[in-house]
Amino acid sequence: MILKLDNLTRSFGSLKAVDGVHLEIARGEALGIIGPNGAGKSTLFNLVTGLLRPDTGSIWFDGRDITHASPRARCIAGIGRSFQIPLPFENLTVFENLLVAAIHGRGRREAQVIDACGEILERTGLIAFANRRAGALNLLGRKRLELARALASAPRLLLLDEIAGGLTEAECGELVRLVQDINKSGMTIIWVEHIVHVLVAVVSRLMVLNFGRKIIEGEPRPVMASAEVREIYMGIAA
Amino acid sequence: MRPEANKPAALGEGRHSPRFAVATATRASIIAALAVIPAVLILIALPAFADRALLQELFYVFTMLTLAQLWNLLAGSAGLISVGQQAFVGMGAYALFAFTIIAGLDPVLSIVLAGIVAGALAVPAALIVFRLRGAYFAIGTWVVAEVCRLVLAQVKHLGGGTGTSLPPDIAGSMIGLDFVRHLFRVRGPAARDILSYWLALVLVVGTFILVYRLLRSRHGLALSAVGDSEPAAESTGVDVFRTKFLIYVVTAIVTGMVGALLFLQKARISPDAAFSLIDWTAYVIFIVVIGGIGTMEGPIIGVVIFYLLQYYLAALGSWYLILLGALAILLMLFAPSGVWGVISHYFDISLFPVRRRLVVPERAGLRKESLR
Repeated sequence: MILKLDNLTRSFGSLKAVDGVHLEIARGEALGIIGPNGAGKSTLFNLVTGLLRPDTGSIWFDGRDITHASPRARCIAGIGRSFQIPLPFENLTVFENLLVAAIHGRGRREAQVIDACGEILERTGLIAFANRRAGALNLLGRKRLELARALASAPRLLLLDEIAGGLTEAECGELVRLVQDINKSGMTIIWVEHIVHVLVAVVSRLMVLNFGRKIIEGEPRPVMASAEVREIYMGIAA
Repeated sequence: MRPEANKPAALGEGRHSPRFAVATATRASIIAALAVIPAVLILIALPAFADRALLQELFYVFTMLTLAQLWNLLAGSAGLISVGQQAFVGMGAYALFAFTIIAGLDPVLSIVLAGIVAGALAVPAALIVFRLRGAYFAIGTWVVAEVCRLVLAQVKHLGGGTGTSLPPDIAGSMIGLDFVRHLFRVRGPAARDILSYWLALVLVVGTFILVYRLLRSRHGLALSAVGDSEPAAESTGVDVFRTKFLIYVVTAIVTGMVGALLFLQKARISPDAAFSLIDWTAYVIFIVVIGGIGTMEGPIIGVVIFYLLQYYLAALGSWYLILLGALAILLMLFAPSGVWGVISHYFDISLFPVRRRLVVPERAGLRKESLR
């Protein structure tokens, strides 16, 4: 067990963004999370990475209670993430964006991480933009940078928040292979994605959120075929 | 200890020969580096052949340039838009007067101690203003400065609200004054100008070295990351509070030393002059914005423009300030990256290369099947 969420709840005013969610993820697993807009997916990520604190419940990472740990401590412990709305360090170059994560997230010296950062840039298709100011990237470049920067901190658990939006079919195929590769190398992945066929190609388990609650969880195909999911996505009464 | 053993082997590790390299220097930066050493040597030797008026003007330019470079580090790199740096100028200045008049210490030593006092003020100030965000942070820093001004106006030993003067025997007792007097065969006041000029030169060169080295270090990366996105910086392992705190205190220390030197040269202090928002923050922001915020070159260009404007237009009185403000607004609207921003955009040059460039081997750059 690498991550365990126990009865996690977080409200904003009267809105329960995340409502009593239980979740357990095994080491090396790839889990997908889907749900309509406002279902609580990004809030759940912010709770796991520490940018938000839960009202109740606890978060366990690798056997340790990290409910009250800072985002920085969680990154150093091995949780990496991408942001749904990309937050590049705009005034740094693309390469330097990775350096920040590699140096500060892993506690390494610059000289030790140059090759690692260069290879991640190659694998994420950003190598040609390495010395470009990150603020000058288009949306696709920014999304790739989110993934690359998260990888640069060498996480054991990687949280991906809608990185496939706006990609062509061919690019989606490349992304699927890349995430599969990363997963095969032993990294645990939780991937929130609206583009379900991309998600299903990678993950072995799917969780569906709606109004902050876990609706259903299990193998991707039965979950997608379930009455609950069809109701949420197509408005068909079960 | 981090459980590295549990981690999947990170990309690029376990390789014997490095594939990638990092470069920072550019042709322009190498030329600049070669030019800066003779330039500094000429500036050191300048008192031998320049008149007092020029040294006094350069003293002012150097101190303003130092303040501008420090504010630029805070606002341009770390995104900490402070409008209260006059708190540290004033606190440094008052500390110098206290150390020399009340404690009887040497003025040059007191400049260093004044920096420490300003840094000590920055510690509690940081704990307050860092709780505030954006515009509220700016207002908070200004309030801190106003509180300092009001408190210092209550200190009767230092002249209260009307201020006080530095007794001539104190200013005449500076370490090194006799040396300067004999070296250039000048009288006391002229020797004091030379010494102050040298001290200003030390501060401005020292500040440029400090800022450059800081930006090139891991802290510099963290600083820019924090300035661009705090949540992303925190989530990539940057200690956001420590980074901001470090930079705030370091700039306060040097700002306090500049304040001490400025008022040692003026030999007269009052709360209004020492904690002047216009003199020590508004002008400084003008210099940085005109020259180009977020670049080390910007403040140099800015201070030259600022000095020329002041030299030719100061006789216009209030109109001078109106022109200054109008110019700053026009620039913010049409060239928000400042004069240096425009220059570096068109000519792609950098004199202080703080950006790291990844040197990619040809083969890697051409590989299409990079995702396999």
